[in-house]
Amino acid sequence: MKRKHQRMLLIGGCVLGLSAATILVFQAFRSTGELFIIPSKIASSAPKGNRTFRLGGMVEAGSLQHLQAGTKPSVRFRVSDGIASEDVTYVGILPDLFREGQGVVALGKLQADGSFAAQEVLAKHDENYMPPDMADELKKTGWHPEKGAPPSAALWNAAKAGGDVAGKTGG
Amino acid sequence: MIAELGHFGLAIAIAFAIAQAILPLWGAHRGDARLMQSAPALAQGQAFALTVSFLCLIWVSVSDDFSVLNVAENSHTLKPLLYKITGAWGSHEGSILFWCLILAWCGAAVSLFGDNLPASLRARVIGVLALSACGFELFALLESDPFTRLWPPPENGQDMNPLLQDPGLAFHPPMLYAGYVGFAIPFAFAVAALLEGRMDAAWGRWVRPWTLGAWCCLTCGIALGSWWSYYVLGWGGFWFWDPVENASLLPWLTGTALLHCAIVVEKREALKIWTVLLAIGAFAFSLSGTFLVRSGILNSVHSFANDPARGVFILGLLALVIGGSLLLFMIRAPLLGASGVFAPVSREGALVLNNILLCSITAVVLTGTIYPLFADLLLHSKISVGPPFYAATVYPLAIPVFLAMAVGPLLSWKRTALLPALVKLWWVALVAVLVGIVCAFGMSALPALFMAAAAWMILGALADIIERIRLFRVPLATSVSRLIGLKLSTFGTTLGHAGLGITVAGIAGMSLATQEIVLVHPGQTVELAGYQWTLREMHDARGSNYNARVATISVMRDGHLITTLSPERRAFTTQQMTTTEAKIHTNLLRDLYAVLGEERDGAAVLRLHDNTMAPLIWLGALVMALGGLCSLLDRRLRVAVPKRAVAAMGVERA
Repeated sequence: MKRKHQRMLLIGGCVLGLSAATILVFQAFRSTGELFIIPSKIASSAPKGNRTFRLGGMVEAGSLQHLQAGTKPSVRFRVSDGIASEDVTYVGILPDLFREGQGVVALGKLQADGSFAAQEVLAKHDENYMPPDMADELKKTGWHPEKGAPPSAALWNAAKAGGDVAGKTGG
Repeated sequence: MIAELGHFGLAIAIAFAIAQAILPLWGAHRGDARLMQSAPALAQGQAFALTVSFLCLIWVSVSDDFSVLNVAENSHTLKPLLYKITGAWGSHEGSILFWCLILAWCGAAVSLFGDNLPASLRARVIGVLALSACGFELFALLESDPFTRLWPPPENGQDMNPLLQDPGLAFHPPMLYAGYVGFAIPFAFAVAALLEGRMDAAWGRWVRPWTLGAWCCLTCGIALGSWWSYYVLGWGGFWFWDPVENASLLPWLTGTALLHCAIVVEKREALKIWTVLLAIGAFAFSLSGTFLVRSGILNSVHSFANDPARGVFILGLLALVIGGSLLLFMIRAPLLGASGVFAPVSREGALVLNNILLCSITAVVLTGTIYPLFADLLLHSKISVGPPFYAATVYPLAIPVFLAMAVGPLLSWKRTALLPALVKLWWVALVAVLVGIVCAFGMSALPALFMAAAAWMILGALADIIERIRLFRVPLATSVSRLIGLKLSTFGTTLGHAGLGITVAGIAGMSLATQEIVLVHPGQTVELAGYQWTLREMHDARGSNYNARVATISVMRDGHLITTLSPERRAFTTQQMTTTEAKIHTNLLRDLYAVLGEERDGAAVLRLHDNTMAPLIWLGALVMALGGLCSLLDRRLRVAVPKRAVAAMGVERA
């Protein structure tokens, strides 16, 4: 075994390890990467098939309903981005920081009836908190932090506040 | 007054650190013995000044001095004493100071225990430690001063995040930080070796105990953190592949690789350049782990104290430390010289395989952690990666590591044949396959495979010992005397490898875990995993700084009462936040776990878990750390032996 052979073998081993890692990573990204989508973009960019994605937005004021089937509790609420809103169902305990009128990110899948079944609900406790991804998406639709405060969180109800948001983004 | 003393201590420490960075390094460069000898005193001075500074921080926190901004923001008169003390490292500013403190202690430790190091190497190691300390202490003083005063002082503080008020979390950061910062020592040794332009077996012998110590702390720190998220966050899971968790896993993976690589340097003087690179890598990941998370660049549910405004300073510092050391590596690494030759099938070969695989796993975890960031910046797509990504990438790479782990210790150095080692493991393989087949009936494919791998690792580790004492092949008395004569580090290897096996068994067993979310009235019973869970009653309770709602749940099986669990829901008045306090009954092979959710119309939402084998996950980590400790104790005994050789070497060069 010469030194040169040993070096080539070592480099070969490293290349093999790294290429295995690369292949695994690319395959995993294709099959498991979770897109972040706001309600108004569901129609255009929701992943095809039975893929999980992250739905982000503000919980519409007054939309939270508690349901029960036997001893199974579940909740239903609407998530809005001011332009469109989406029905979300979730079986489980909502996080302590979940509030109506505040930001939320739900991880789950689209159902046949067009509603969103969440497996996991994430929330942060802050009145003005908006998921950062959603703030970016909203900027693309016209709202910008420089044009004033984000639309009031308490009003996140597409039916009432949709026009309001549009008005603000226009101004 | 006390706060100003702490502030002054921090400033003095920086002065010490600057002197400690310049004088010994300059002395080593010029070969000036007097300058080199200044290193230990300066290192101890810096450690003393920072210790005083940190004690001051604890003092102002305990004495409720709300004129100090940090205390006003993170403490409250009603906060229990334990958390007033631990709060000193719970806040952002405090944790940075604590980080610097451990780094200073590392320098002091090298100065105290490094008597047998060659003078120039010791001076350089201490100097490099101080060089990195300078940066972070300046950051503490200029950007995140924990002693900033507030005027007028508020009547009371804003209290600490209730999730952090927990004994598990009180000791998680010190452990984790000791692990992170401990890798500064191998890093300093690596940079010192690059500066010296030479590196020998003795280098490996000095680096290994420090790496082991850091690795043990990091293992315990990660395990404590995982345990905390298991029972405090009440999610019932043990690992979420969250950026903060990954940030601690990356230095652990590279540290594990370094640990094994340093053995090759010590025993065979091979793989030197690679080891130096790993030492730099482990510390680089530790740094990014602590600071990227705190800079707010990576968003995480775990980051409680981040402040994007500080990000730039931190990024600059990271770039300087990591970039600088890598640049030095590029220029000086070729000087470290040729390494010993070995065949692919040998102990060295197995350790190389271990390194390649561990680094591949590191690369995969790193990609998963930072890809979303890059995808956002470069491709403008919002994508996040969750546990399925890591399951698809880490597990396939982990399986060969598990396979190689049992074989590696049975191979001999330099060159050997694979077959005899495999023949020695025939019974281990048989048991592992049987375990796999049995588990395949109750589990899905991957967990069953993991169970088989766990059996392979645990028994394989034992097989190493059995082989060494020649059990059943020589009289029992001879075996026993051989067992007593074994080196402690052999037990270290066994415990370390078996510990990972136990953890893997726990992870695989968790795939059998079941959970149920139910809405029940008091008196109602639900069935889960063969147990009858009955909600007995609910009542209110008061804590020192919270009001709690407590549920009493009795768990029965076949008419016998197994346990009574009383999960709580705590409302913290000062932070207007509620937390869930999960309650767990464990028999070390199974956790019965209950969480109380919200209440509606007299009924309570409960989340009940039956977590099979969950305790093994942390038990395994403990065994791993114990293995590290065994090796560490062995090292200390043996370090005395090469002392003479070192002294001789010093004379030679003088």
